[in-house]
Amino acid sequence: MVNKNISKVLIGSLQELPERLGKTFHVGNIEIAVFKLSNGTVRAIENRCPHKGGVLSEGIVSGDSVFCPMHDWKICLEDGLVQAPDTGCVKTYSTVIEGEDVFLLIE
Amino acid sequence: MAGVRTIEEILKHTKDQFEITIFGSEPHPNYNRILLSKVLQGDTEVADITLNDWNWYEEHDIQLYTDETVVKVDSDKKVVVTDAGRVEPYDEVIVATGSVPFILPIPGADKEGVTAFRDIKDTEIMLKASKKYKKAAVIGGGLLGLEAARGLLNLGMEVNVIHLAPYLMERQLDPMAGKMLQTELEKQGMTFLLEKQTQEIFGEERVEGLRFSDGTEIEADLVVMAVGIKPNISLAVESGLEVNRGIVVNDYMQTNIPHVYAVGECAEHNGIPYGLVAPLYEQGKVLAKTVCGAKTEPYKGSILYTQLKVSGVEVFSAGDFTEGDDKKAVKVFDEQDSYYKKLVLRGNQIVGAVLFGDSSDGNRLVSMIQKQADISDTMKVSLLQPTGQEAGASLVASMSDDEIICGCNGVSKGAIVSAIQTQGCSSVDEIKACTSASRSCGGCKPLVAEVLQLTLGSSFDSKQQKEAICGCTTLSRDEVVEEIKAKGLSHVKEVMFVLDWKTAEGCSKCRPALNYYLGMVNPTGYEDEKESRFVNERMHANIQKDGTYSVVPRMYGGVTNANDLRRIADVVDKYEIPLVKVTGGQRIDLFGVKKDDLPNVWEDLDMPSGFAYGKSLRTVKTCVGEQFCRFGTQDSMGLGIQLEKKYEGLQTPHKVKMAVSACPRSCAESGFKDIGYIGIDGGWELYIGGNGGTHVRGGDLLYKVKTEEEVIEITSAYLQYYRETANYLERTSAWVDRVGLDHIREVLDDKEKRKELNARMDKALSVIEDPWKAIIEDKKLKKELFETVVTS
Repeated sequence: MVNKNISKVLIGSLQELPERLGKTFHVGNIEIAVFKLSNGTVRAIENRCPHKGGVLSEGIVSGDSVFCPMHDWKICLEDGLVQAPDTGCVKTYSTVIEGEDVFLLIE
Repeated sequence: MAGVRTIEEILKHTKDQFEITIFGSEPHPNYNRILLSKVLQGDTEVADITLNDWNWYEEHDIQLYTDETVVKVDSDKKVVVTDAGRVEPYDEVIVATGSVPFILPIPGADKEGVTAFRDIKDTEIMLKASKKYKKAAVIGGGLLGLEAARGLLNLGMEVNVIHLAPYLMERQLDPMAGKMLQTELEKQGMTFLLEKQTQEIFGEERVEGLRFSDGTEIEADLVVMAVGIKPNISLAVESGLEVNRGIVVNDYMQTNIPHVYAVGECAEHNGIPYGLVAPLYEQGKVLAKTVCGAKTEPYKGSILYTQLKVSGVEVFSAGDFTEGDDKKAVKVFDEQDSYYKKLVLRGNQIVGAVLFGDSSDGNRLVSMIQKQADISDTMKVSLLQPTGQEAGASLVASMSDDEIICGCNGVSKGAIVSAIQTQGCSSVDEIKACTSASRSCGGCKPLVAEVLQLTLGSSFDSKQQKEAICGCTTLSRDEVVEEIKAKGLSHVKEVMFVLDWKTAEGCSKCRPALNYYLGMVNPTGYEDEKESRFVNERMHANIQKDGTYSVVPRMYGGVTNANDLRRIADVVDKYEIPLVKVTGGQRIDLFGVKKDDLPNVWEDLDMPSGFAYGKSLRTVKTCVGEQFCRFGTQDSMGLGIQLEKKYEGLQTPHKVKMAVSACPRSCAESGFKDIGYIGIDGGWELYIGGNGGTHVRGGDLLYKVKTEEEVIEITSAYLQYYRETANYLERTSAWVDRVGLDHIREVLDDKEKRKELNARMDKALSVIEDPWKAIIEDKKLKKELFETVVTS
């Protein structure tokens, strides 16, 4: 399913993803944290806090944000932006749900 | 920075006395140079460190010319001339040309890949280099050099720091603190070459390495020179101003030519050109008043002080911090927790100080040095200890607006006052959310509270300062627990919904707190919500900075045996565990365990969880006691094991540590535990509220009892009362201080209450199961929490 530079990677079924918890995926050399939010949407970000590299997949999820388990930075899962008063940004990845299958789009 | 700061001060005095024109050589409005290191580290944008943006200049009718340099001040004609050929008349002119980096006049200094670290342009050069090159050399182990080095490390470069002096930051630190800083930074990955003089930078077009005077060489494809700065006086010289090292000014910042002033790093006052921020701001105030024709105190020079955080390490120094001659030092050095404090005294007067590791006392010490405080009535060593309220109260009032309250996040008193006045902050928490003050180490919380009190004046009532659980609600802990009980609430989400939480799903503060309160109120009915647990308590292991975990199996009373040790050793081999360490609580910690391995490690260990990650009973430390010790009067190991078996897994507001010693020598350190037991002839003493952490507190003697049954009965009642009344994340030491020892004793003296507390404790204990075992047996949970999926 390679589409020019974007590859579509199957990461599992929607039902298997725990709600309001992160899950860690290794895709090639990239580590990605995938979250199923309480509204059922799936979000994916780089699994590394821009502050000190904390693993975001283990953070507390609230609404569309995750709190880094290391120093409590709040990061928006929609756009990857670190919330005030801290600043910064993590890479986000698009997700596609087809039936039960969840895919990541990796550029 | 200094120039525009002076203009800001002028605008405070008068809005329309002057038409203001500013010339700047850089193509940006003024920015906070101090934060350049943050830009370098990539977590801040240039826009974020801009102090006054274009709008500000427009609003105040200030004509700003960027990228244009003044080449001459013609004081006869009263005009300034720029490199763009502009001629601008003036009534008063302020020279604030700052300083220029000192570039070593050595061969190769002009090669590609050699830069200073002074402005945005330099920062961009470094950022760009880090994408293409690997090996950086920073010449200069001073403040600026170390910040550059940290930034480059963050950018993934290997960093060598070359320094001429035998220790780091010798201008701001003494040898002891300099060495401690070096050790810390080495841990973070910097390499230091001390007492090295750079002789040559070699390479073709681009730098390839450095050669030192002793003939040794290193490779480098980026060289940052951070050896120092010198006042930028070329304009002054051109214009006929009197200069020495800097532009010579008097106590009113006037140069030798009327209507021409100098301020900031380019100025030299009383023989000293200042290179730090605080003095520049002090000068700016005096100058603004002078220019406006207002009355002002003369500028009398500044006490130099530095307070900074170099990659998480707090260092501070002030005044004259080298002892010798008539100056004597008082020092405190804690090797274990890596902090160091030194005061330098001349007779009864503090003239200087150095702090390493914890600089929360910095503001107070600067103020004492400035006021030339007489300390003859004070215990010298107590000057180096955390202050009580009294000591700080007058300090905050006397601080000027630009003095820093929160050293970690660089928040000034003025910023806090403005958050209170313009953004309506009315609690420490709101101020924290608005300004970041007190958010990192929390050491300045009392100061922030005082600023609040001072600013709000009579409308501030400390009693009414109920502390909301977090920003998601206005309700306090007590109100929330009351509502949970009264309305029979049973889920985190339900609490938030019924009690009108401002956020749909709360935050990292309230979620774990509510989860605890719900479980505390209804131990048998509430189902713990793992989504609302901090990572460590959800994973039942302690996360480390690299994302691996540490595992501590239960070792009752610190007593082990050959079988357990053999299994631990086998697990270490099988899972290639990189570090095995004996903890301070008499057990064994296995570090560097991969997330996916955790359930298997637990299964192979076949020992209960030590809850080293939990807000729960941690260890019960014991001395060997009467079984072997010639002084032991009681069976300390026996009681310790009994206590640990009874309370293991109990959920508490914060961690709880115990220790049992068999005699008053207290070898298990019972005086610094949440509950400490000391065996005496014919009984036990119980000490509560001890703590050996950030705020050391000796335990208070609660009771002396005769039997072990009584020990257990009181322990249960005490712990249950703590569980029911403490705030989540409040240690017993803080809780005992808050509710009072007398109050606790009153509750426990009441036989009826004691019985009820015991009954509720037994109920809470009845539902505890070993979490490791539970996870091993639950396939779904194992997959959900511990699996890392590798896709191709």
